[in-house]
Amino acid sequence: MQPIIVNSLNKTYGNGQVTAVKDVSFTVNENELFGLIGPDGAGKTSIFRILTTLLLADSGTAKVAGFDVVTGYREIRQRVGYMPGRFSLYPDLTIEENLAFFATIFDTSIEENYHLIRDIYIQIEPFKKRRAGKLSGGMKQKLALCCALIHKPEVLFLDEPTTGVDPVSRKEFWEMLGRLKSGGITILVSTPYMDEASLCDRIALMQSGSIMTIDTPEALTGSYPDPLFAISTEKASMPSILNALAQFEKTKSHYAFGEFAHASFTDKNLSADDIIGYLDSRGITNSRINLIKPTIEDRFIQLATQK
Amino acid sequence: MRTIRFLLQKEFRQIFRNKSILAMVMVMPIVQLLILPLAADYEIKNINLAVVDEDRSPYSQKLISKITSSGYFRLTGFENNYNEAFRLIEQEKADIVLQIPPHFESTLVRENKSALFVAVNAINGTKASLGGSYLSAIIRNFNGEIRVQLMQPGRFSRVEQVETPTRFWFNPFLNYHMYMVPGILAILVTMIGGFLSALNIVKEKEVGTIEQINVTPIHKHHFILGKLIPFWVLGNIVFIIGLGVSWLVYGIVPQGNIALLFAFVAVYLLAVLGLGLLVSTLCETQQQAMFIMFFFMMVFILMGGLFTSVDSMPDWARVIVRFNPVSYLIDVMRMVILKGSNFGDVRQKMIIIAGFAIVLNTLAILNYRKRA
Repeated sequence: MQPIIVNSLNKTYGNGQVTAVKDVSFTVNENELFGLIGPDGAGKTSIFRILTTLLLADSGTAKVAGFDVVTGYREIRQRVGYMPGRFSLYPDLTIEENLAFFATIFDTSIEENYHLIRDIYIQIEPFKKRRAGKLSGGMKQKLALCCALIHKPEVLFLDEPTTGVDPVSRKEFWEMLGRLKSGGITILVSTPYMDEASLCDRIALMQSGSIMTIDTPEALTGSYPDPLFAISTEKASMPSILNALAQFEKTKSHYAFGEFAHASFTDKNLSADDIIGYLDSRGITNSRINLIKPTIEDRFIQLATQK
Repeated sequence: MRTIRFLLQKEFRQIFRNKSILAMVMVMPIVQLLILPLAADYEIKNINLAVVDEDRSPYSQKLISKITSSGYFRLTGFENNYNEAFRLIEQEKADIVLQIPPHFESTLVRENKSALFVAVNAINGTKASLGGSYLSAIIRNFNGEIRVQLMQPGRFSRVEQVETPTRFWFNPFLNYHMYMVPGILAILVTMIGGFLSALNIVKEKEVGTIEQINVTPIHKHHFILGKLIPFWVLGNIVFIIGLGVSWLVYGIVPQGNIALLFAFVAVYLLAVLGLGLLVSTLCETQQQAMFIMFFFMMVFILMGGLFTSVDSMPDWARVIVRFNPVSYLIDVMRMVILKGSNFGDVRQKMIIIAGFAIVLNTLAILNYRKRA
């Protein structure tokens, strides 16, 4: 049985004025870490809220842990853990009190499921008498994850768990997700950070409410259609490089990517030397060009501009 | 039951950590009961009086000294003619002008009657009507005294006089505090219960915690009960403190059964909390909830019979008052505390309030949606 089955979901807001989710279908396999990747406003949170029975879809069906999200919401609420994008624990209760509260409303106790959260909880345990509102961003996320896990959910929903968290805590957080997955929990996670996407088993790239493609991160980057070049130079500014690329008749796509300009070309046989030659003719000298392996972000941009 | 116990534990923890709520619950009843009954006094004192005495006789002197020694009036002008005195009214220096015409005393002695002229500044309606009637009462009294002096003993019995001695039941000295304190206590209980409950669920919405609660298997009515009970307890604490203050400071001891009083407040609080929770489920922010509650509170308080008598309101207003829970509590408080009414007397009102409680809480539970 697949823990999450989503079948052509649609959701609009404001009497159909704003489309949040457009014909979205995907399935998540047991023990899978599945990522919804997309920029803000792609419809990720709406999908989460539909799947956690907080929001009714306009059309389409979805099953979570074997139960329909509309008719089986009671069973689903017993079986899923949800960590909303916004910190939503009681800021005036301590770490320990928040955890105990969420354990008791699921009719369990911290002791009973301590093994599930131990790895995470020991990191915040020294501060267990501190109020949740006074914690740092990373500690808040760890506490929220503990609270979402304390009732031993079958499926875990994490809506942008690492937004606003420092890079070290983000890395730790993803390592924890890996351990949870090996512990037998199915995880649906969303993130706007493309670099985190490669840590998922499979990802769905989303834009403006619809899914562009679903695959493993390796397959997605591997299926990039053209050779991709990274261009940099010490002499010329980024805008002038981009401008030169824009005027090159063989350029297919070009964009700034950190300190490099990434570009692909219509002529697949074009070599790095050809491009250097063109840039020289435009007065951009001493440029360095490498053929690179595309990242998820390159693939996302390619898919988003293709439409 | 277990769920409710943990919900309550959580709510009380949050309340005890919120210093401003605790301060409100403890300080508000004490301070308001100490200040309001003393300040919001119906008796009008310090009415500024300008006198135009064109007679300057012993009688007119006597009348003026009788008026000024009553304690209600303050002589702010003693003018030669009416126009000058009226200027004082225009300058807000006088509220009432008393004109004693020339030959007041001699006419009174000779013709057995005389006239006085009273002009009242009616911009402040209450002050005008009460000041006017105080003044007429003093003049009437003065009239009675001189009548005794003027009448010859032999003719005394021939004067027909209807005297109406009045006995004021339940509050023999028309002590203002006896009347105001129970009413103010009723409003305090309403405000604490109504505002605290109205702001609570909305706060969970604002902080986002409701999102986390909604994905749990918690039942709607458990959640609402978990919100209702703590504020019900707080409302009762406010009521106990209030009763204590009115006993210690004003010496007001309920004449009726105190258990009846508590029973009524218990049911009443359920109704007010139900309203608060309903507002709370309707609003998205604490600001909205606050404004809606203010609207209701203003209407409830001003139309509750605390400051103005419900019986003297127009018919349409009395229909509105029937839907005002505060008016029932104010009534019952006064009935039980001052009059010693028993359960039979307040049963009708108790049933109505219980009806409010059931309807409002049911609406609150129905309207609280765990999903959009």
